[in-house]
Amino acid sequence: MTAEIAIQARNVSHQFGEAGEARHVQALLDTSIDVARGELLCLIGPSGCGKSTLLNVMGGLVTPTTGSVTVAGKPVRGPMPRDLAFVFQESALFPWNTVFENIVVGMTFQGVAKSEREDRARRALRAVSLEQFAEHYPGQLSGGMRQRASLARALSLETGILLMDEPFGALDEQTRMVLGEDLSVLLSRSQKTIVFVTHSLGEAVFLADRVAVFSARPGTIKQVIAVDEPHPRKPSFMTAPKFHALRDQLYGLLHDEIRKAMAESGQTRRRYDDVANGADA
Amino acid sequence: MSIRARMPRERGLWSRIVQLTFLAALLLLWTMATTEWGVSHILLPRPLSVWHEFVDIIGSGEFLPDLRVTLGELAAAFAISFTLGTTLGYLISRSSYWIKVFEPLFAGIYSIPIILFLPLYVMLFGLGPASKIALGATISFFPIVLSTIVGFGYVDRTLVTAARSMGASDVQMFRYVLFPAALPVILAGLRMGFTVALLSVIGSETIASLAGLGHRIVNLAENMEMARMFGYIAFVVAIAVLLNTLVSRLEARGRWQ
Repeated sequence: MTAEIAIQARNVSHQFGEAGEARHVQALLDTSIDVARGELLCLIGPSGCGKSTLLNVMGGLVTPTTGSVTVAGKPVRGPMPRDLAFVFQESALFPWNTVFENIVVGMTFQGVAKSEREDRARRALRAVSLEQFAEHYPGQLSGGMRQRASLARALSLETGILLMDEPFGALDEQTRMVLGEDLSVLLSRSQKTIVFVTHSLGEAVFLADRVAVFSARPGTIKQVIAVDEPHPRKPSFMTAPKFHALRDQLYGLLHDEIRKAMAESGQTRRRYDDVANGADA
Repeated sequence: MSIRARMPRERGLWSRIVQLTFLAALLLLWTMATTEWGVSHILLPRPLSVWHEFVDIIGSGEFLPDLRVTLGELAAAFAISFTLGTTLGYLISRSSYWIKVFEPLFAGIYSIPIILFLPLYVMLFGLGPASKIALGATISFFPIVLSTIVGFGYVDRTLVTAARSMGASDVQMFRYVLFPAALPVILAGLRMGFTVALLSVIGSETIASLAGLGHRIVNLAENMEMARMFGYIAFVVAIAVLLNTLVSRLEARGRWQ
């Protein structure tokens, strides 16, 4: 690939707890990937495969046990608020602030000059069509609107990179389809680099330029599939044969991994039961 | 839709009516007991003579020195427990280890009757305001420190992570995330602390003191001036209701939930 690289992950492994401990989990094993500038990369895989961990490592929220990540050529050693912004699955909006205040506070954290904050907040709200809800509190909004507000906060930070951790995961199917379309339109305008964690095959194919498929735990990237389709993507893409072929291909890749992940979590459960019954003692 | 929207207010109105009827019934029983059923006026003065005494207490301004003592003790006790409780609570909340150590410890101490320390405090600090202040501060310290630990110690991790990812400094994290998240919980603890401080200050005045509203009430009882004693009780009730309403208002203003 000749395109400029925005994020480069090299041999990233991460484990929670020490080997031998009961809580020890090898979340991510020797994973490497390059994210090109301006592309949308989806991370998809069974539960607990380490896709969110990889996202947090990229964003400097988690320091990997081994391996390294560089963002725009700089090694990641902690949060990089000027280079990348997060959108989390659960609404991470501050419930005591209005939507507008939430966006302004984010820019305050990032260090945006005071004179610029209000203009940028308004622009971000317009981009997600929430101007009329600026003075609402998060608790007064629907789940979909809250996630749009979270997206507006991330956009206002004007970073080159967005890291999105199942941002539509808690929403119903119809809402997430509409938000997916909006995101595709937004992406085609903004030239942002986006890494997007999802559980949904359809969402991955609809949004991504490339989809990275994770294997079951210990997770690593098993295969990367390219979706060769320009943004903004139209709803009609969802009914195209190409969409279905890609979706089926993803399903084929994931199916075995999900079975494996389920079998493993079943085993884990059995082990916990043994401990509970004193069988180990 | 409109019926459902109206329900809560109507239910509120109804419970108000029931409450007022209940109080009126008590007053009626009291009147009946003193006029019809021959209960001794020494044990239970008539409502009307209590009312006259109440009006006289307020009109003459006789209550002022005692009120000043009691409110002074309350203010000092609350200032001490507020300062110590919020500071210690915040420091403890910074480490999950300290939370695990101190939260059950304080909750345990809070559940024993701290009023038992009053004789000790009187020996240490004398019969004056100092022993009342010490007791009020001790009792109100616990709800304040516990709510501060819980308020700061259990802030939603997602919000902290989000703020960190946007580059929040330590000071910004406190000002924009930890403090507003903890505030409603701490305010509830402060209100509780204020109530128990008021209770213990007046309560301990009735047990061992030189001045104050509690002292005055016991004095009147010992002199068998029952109507005036009841007048003072009514006065203390009015003050307590006033203070608690004020504190609840303040609490409601700081709440976002």
